[in-house]
Amino acid sequence: MTSETLLSVKNLAVSFTTSKGPVNAVRGVSFDLGRERLGIVGESGSGKSQTGRAILGLTAANGSITADKMQFHDVDLRHLSPKQWRKVRGARISMIMQDPKYSLNPVMTIGDQIIEAYREHHKVGTKEATHRAIEMLEAVKIRDPQRVFKSYPHEVSGGMGQRVMIAMMLIPDPELLIADEPTSALDVTVQLQVMAILDDLVRERGMALIFISHDLHLVSSFCDRVLVMYQGHVVEEIRASELDQAKHPYTQGLLNCLPKMDGNHDDLPVLQRQASWAEG
Amino acid sequence: MSSVTPTRRGGRKRARLLSGPGGSILRVVASVIITFFGLLLVTFLIGRILPIDPVIAAVGDHASEAIYNRVREEMGLNLPLWQQFFVYVNNVLHGDFGKSILTSQPVLHDIARVFPATLELATLGTIIGVILGVPTGVLAAVHKGKWPDHLVRIFGLVGYSMPIFWLGLMGLLVFYMKLDWVAGPGRVDAFYADFIEPTTGLMLVDTLLDGDIDLFWNAVSHIILPASLLAYFSLAYIARMTRSFMLEQLSQEYILAARVKGISEFRIIWRHALGNVMVPLVTVIALSYANLLEGSVLTETIFAWPGLGLYITNSLLNADMNAVLGGTVVVGAVFIGVNMLSDLLYRLLDPRARR
Repeated sequence: MTSETLLSVKNLAVSFTTSKGPVNAVRGVSFDLGRERLGIVGESGSGKSQTGRAILGLTAANGSITADKMQFHDVDLRHLSPKQWRKVRGARISMIMQDPKYSLNPVMTIGDQIIEAYREHHKVGTKEATHRAIEMLEAVKIRDPQRVFKSYPHEVSGGMGQRVMIAMMLIPDPELLIADEPTSALDVTVQLQVMAILDDLVRERGMALIFISHDLHLVSSFCDRVLVMYQGHVVEEIRASELDQAKHPYTQGLLNCLPKMDGNHDDLPVLQRQASWAEG
Repeated sequence: MSSVTPTRRGGRKRARLLSGPGGSILRVVASVIITFFGLLLVTFLIGRILPIDPVIAAVGDHASEAIYNRVREEMGLNLPLWQQFFVYVNNVLHGDFGKSILTSQPVLHDIARVFPATLELATLGTIIGVILGVPTGVLAAVHKGKWPDHLVRIFGLVGYSMPIFWLGLMGLLVFYMKLDWVAGPGRVDAFYADFIEPTTGLMLVDTLLDGDIDLFWNAVSHIILPASLLAYFSLAYIARMTRSFMLEQLSQEYILAARVKGISEFRIIWRHALGNVMVPLVTVIALSYANLLEGSVLTETIFAWPGLGLYITNSLLNADMNAVLGGTVVVGAVFIGVNMLSDLLYRLLDPRARR
């Protein structure tokens, strides 16, 4: 734990009203975040993405958030007006989403979308913003930024699209970045490239990172600390370097599901779930 | 990787030659020509299949057989069918649809007189329908399930379910007779009709070209009620479609991404979402416009509007086949034209279609 706490979440709960009754997606999640890289790992439906969205106040309209505490620096995230939220989003907390194919507007040029993100929080002219956007495209290692700037999202590949996404979300210089499965939709070969670019930028700019993924190994190699979530609870919080000493049977089960290069080559064990895990 | 690149690049170049901006416009033009040819074939066949003898229609049923045969030959009806079709296409391409029995004028001349009236009414109706319908639909989508949504739905339902002739008569009764806000039936007051130089046939344009502001406002006050009536129907349809397209777009990931950036809700709705909604909406608007361009018989009847719908209906009731077929070709050509326009607009609005 670093000395300065950036974000403090206590007892966060997110629930949705559906036609089949209420669904509790997140049930009492608490954590403190400094200028560090925190991984949130869990299977689909474990509430990891909803935790990320709740921090940005972007829970869907049929959902409700309760928390004892959601403090980001001096801002209480629980009681913000839409106007106050807009000052936080992008400028202070930003998010990278899963698939650039859907998360970029198909009828706007990439340049326009990046400029828009910058000018929302910096009162500058088009020329200055264009200059900054091209710089940002260079920073995510796009070789031909001038061309990409004028392109539409469908004209670039998935890996390049995700780099554009990173450029767009980092250009206002946020303090906290939430990366929600940023490489899951990409080819395995470009996943690591994109992760490396993201990792470099996070270090360079001294940002805090919440990295949401289902991939325990990817998370442990890019993060300092890992939260393991199961059915809306945090079942274990552990330093990434000490992952092999995990105590919770769910974490151990997840680790045992991964094939190892050395070691025996028998069938991988199947995770034996226990009802008590869900109670937290 | 690098060894693959040249073949990929070559493939892309070839694909662009076939479907690049130039190529796609060429394809649109080709499809227009083929569709128009098909339209002519259909109208030609209808003309031949109908149990109306054009020779008798011309010479009357008391003519001698010699005269009948001579006229039949003059009309080219003794030729084989494919030659007749060739003659027909040739005539149409030269703007010759034959003479109308009812008006004893060339059909093209008649259509040039009635079509601008319909064009003016349909265009104004569509403009009002789009200006009011699109924002209404957006509002309904943004406030889904709340009172603006319900209000729009009820308003649209009334538009759908009221017979247009009843609404037209009520409109005349209230706004013309009781309130006297608008002028009555006709395109301008009868007193003015002869003063207008029919340069384009569009009253609103011609009166302005003449520089006569009084006449222009007179024409406006005549057209506003029937145009609003047509607009109401296209508005109900456009608003409904806008609402459903909008709801679909608002649930997309890029909207969430835009919210993450901290952009205003106004910009998210009107720039991000509507930019994507316009793509399918263009087709909807074009279809509704084309529908109005056919001429609305009921509206034209109630408002004594000398338009295409009234002309074709009158011709049909009088077995004036040249006029009916000529009118059909014009309506078909207008449909094709509007569709081509929407196709080109679609390419302009959606960068993915420009590939």
